[in-house]
Amino acid sequence: MKPTSHAFKSNAKEALGNEPLRRALGGIKRGFVANRARARANLPEFEDLRDEAKAVKEHTLAHLDLYLEAYEKKVVETGGHVHWASSADDARAAILKICRDAGAKTVTKGKSMVGEEIAINEHLEQAGITPVETDLGEYLIQLRHEPPSHIIAPAIHLTKDQVEADFRKTHTELSPERVLEEPEQLVSEARAILREKFLAADVGITGANLLIAETGTSVIVTNEGNGDLTQCLPRIHIVITSIEKVVPTLEDADTILRVLARSATGQEFSTYTTFTTGPKREGDLDGPDEYHVVLLDNGRSEMLGGEFHDMLRCIRCGACMNHCPVYGAVGGHAYGWVYPGPMGAVLTPTLIGVGEAGHLPNASTFCGRCESVCPMRIPLPKMMRHWREREYENGDTPALYKAGLKLWAFAAKRPALYHRLTGLVSPLLSRFGRKGRFASMPLAGGWTDHRDLPAPQGKTFQQRWRERETRR
Amino acid sequence: MSGANARERLLGAVRKSLGVTGDDAARTAAVAERLKARAPNLIPAMAKVSGAKAIKLFTEKLKGQGASVSRITKPDEIPEQLAAYLRDNNLPAEFRTGSDALLAEIPWDTAASLTRHTGAGHGGDAVTLSRAETAAAETGTLFLTSGPENPTTLNFLPDTHIVVIRAEDIHGSYEDAWNVLRKTHEKQGFPRTINLVSGPSRTADIEQIIVMGAHGPRRLHVIIAG
Repeated sequence: MKPTSHAFKSNAKEALGNEPLRRALGGIKRGFVANRARARANLPEFEDLRDEAKAVKEHTLAHLDLYLEAYEKKVVETGGHVHWASSADDARAAILKICRDAGAKTVTKGKSMVGEEIAINEHLEQAGITPVETDLGEYLIQLRHEPPSHIIAPAIHLTKDQVEADFRKTHTELSPERVLEEPEQLVSEARAILREKFLAADVGITGANLLIAETGTSVIVTNEGNGDLTQCLPRIHIVITSIEKVVPTLEDADTILRVLARSATGQEFSTYTTFTTGPKREGDLDGPDEYHVVLLDNGRSEMLGGEFHDMLRCIRCGACMNHCPVYGAVGGHAYGWVYPGPMGAVLTPTLIGVGEAGHLPNASTFCGRCESVCPMRIPLPKMMRHWREREYENGDTPALYKAGLKLWAFAAKRPALYHRLTGLVSPLLSRFGRKGRFASMPLAGGWTDHRDLPAPQGKTFQQRWRERETRR
Repeated sequence: MSGANARERLLGAVRKSLGVTGDDAARTAAVAERLKARAPNLIPAMAKVSGAKAIKLFTEKLKGQGASVSRITKPDEIPEQLAAYLRDNNLPAEFRTGSDALLAEIPWDTAASLTRHTGAGHGGDAVTLSRAETAAAETGTLFLTSGPENPTTLNFLPDTHIVVIRAEDIHGSYEDAWNVLRKTHEKQGFPRTINLVSGPSRTADIEQIIVMGAHGPRRLHVIIAG
């Protein structure tokens, strides 16, 4: 998809005025956030498990080349194929070739963020192959030709009325008189429609939550079971995944799985966690004849050992966006590409460039909630700060903003001057504020257009502190 | 670009960023050691259970996730249990199953009313029956392994999935379950597909409201034997 990350400001403004979106986003606190808190409270070792999960990934990343080689060796031993893809182009070409060689007409898909990243659906469509998303959320947004707005709940921005309207528009072979009021009815209809697609598909494409070097296994985590039908029915199974997903052993996978679902949906474990090793074996009555893994780099290797290294620990649980006040207000589409929220604000500029996505790291209040809930303890605010520093160094910061900062720095480096200035300005401002607030203020329109700015309440903190000390 | 070149280019980029070479003896040894040791990381205290305690925890967790669970004393009682379950839920008295030895040896003729089909799953199956090799009590998780004994499609295509597990196969943690599977599959290799199943299929993709039976079974019933 064509990114619109450069337009974050106007995207966000539009989102703030979108009523259905506000209703849809309102459910996150009652759902994901409350459920995660409960899951965490029910597992006394949760914080220690976060440390262990981080340690697993750190060890793996430090030896990434060797674990990838070990993983590949096992995949080949068990009859599978590994395709190394340095770029999105390489990955798309590899997938298209497998589909063409198989004479594929329709391809079913499990949910894959890497698939979104390389825009595989558009690529297949251009080649005359029909991709069908089978995760319910992904199916809903495919009908609307929209990107996902959340990494684990891609259609979280939609209300059931919108889904009903889309189903009536698309499933025209069904009776217009049918009742589609409750989520159960909508799910049931999608189940019936997609069941036919599963059975007819030539190729199934899934992502992978983890790869295991010990056994050459790919792991998918789902609640619907769509990923499993995608991979066990067609003749060919393609796994599209990226290099940082590998872990050494089954035991290491256990550690990450113990924090994944709890952080994501607040479930202790997802309904289906599937470990897949190679194609159909002798005697098997089902399973694919061919098993392919497309291993994507697309800028990840460059992050190793650098400022954004820690981001490679991300397991795509979505906890950072669920707890982010900015995401909670504007939703995922405002971020303008595939990965939204705090993890997207850090990752997107590395993948599509700071020119397109340089604004995203500014979409933060630096409240730190994302880091406090990240199961892999990724210092997201610190990395957003790295991007801001780069933006400043590149001269992308607006001139007025820079002048203001310079002025502030001049004063802040001279404490006596600073205190005298703030001592003068603070009571002045407090007198002008109506009922202790400003409804508008020059140069602060970005704030006061949407809410009042509190006025200072008289003396400065420093002044009050000194008074308190002398009273003692 | 040819396969070998693409591989070298990608691995070369990884090594360049890490500042390493592929033949550093200390690194190679560290990786070989970890892959061989397969050492467990932290296992939560609640997962360190076995025997009756593991069965109790397994049952509680599964029920909490929307499955139903019943207990029998020996596999011979399965036909009777199955027939009763199908009757109570207004389901047809027929099901499909694989060639699992435990399920094949059952005296099915004692429940004459049941029709048994065998083979891989069909799109139209209402009820299927599988056996789980092992289970982890910590999250009520069944470990179903692929093969002609228990074809994978039986786990996902039906409306109602019924799974039999022997009481002695229920362990505490995922680590326990892997060790069982590593031992059982030492000769023929690690199974092609292992489905860790912890309840019926569900989705919350419409307004975060949980609905059962998204694509997989709407109902999961587990029979513990022994």
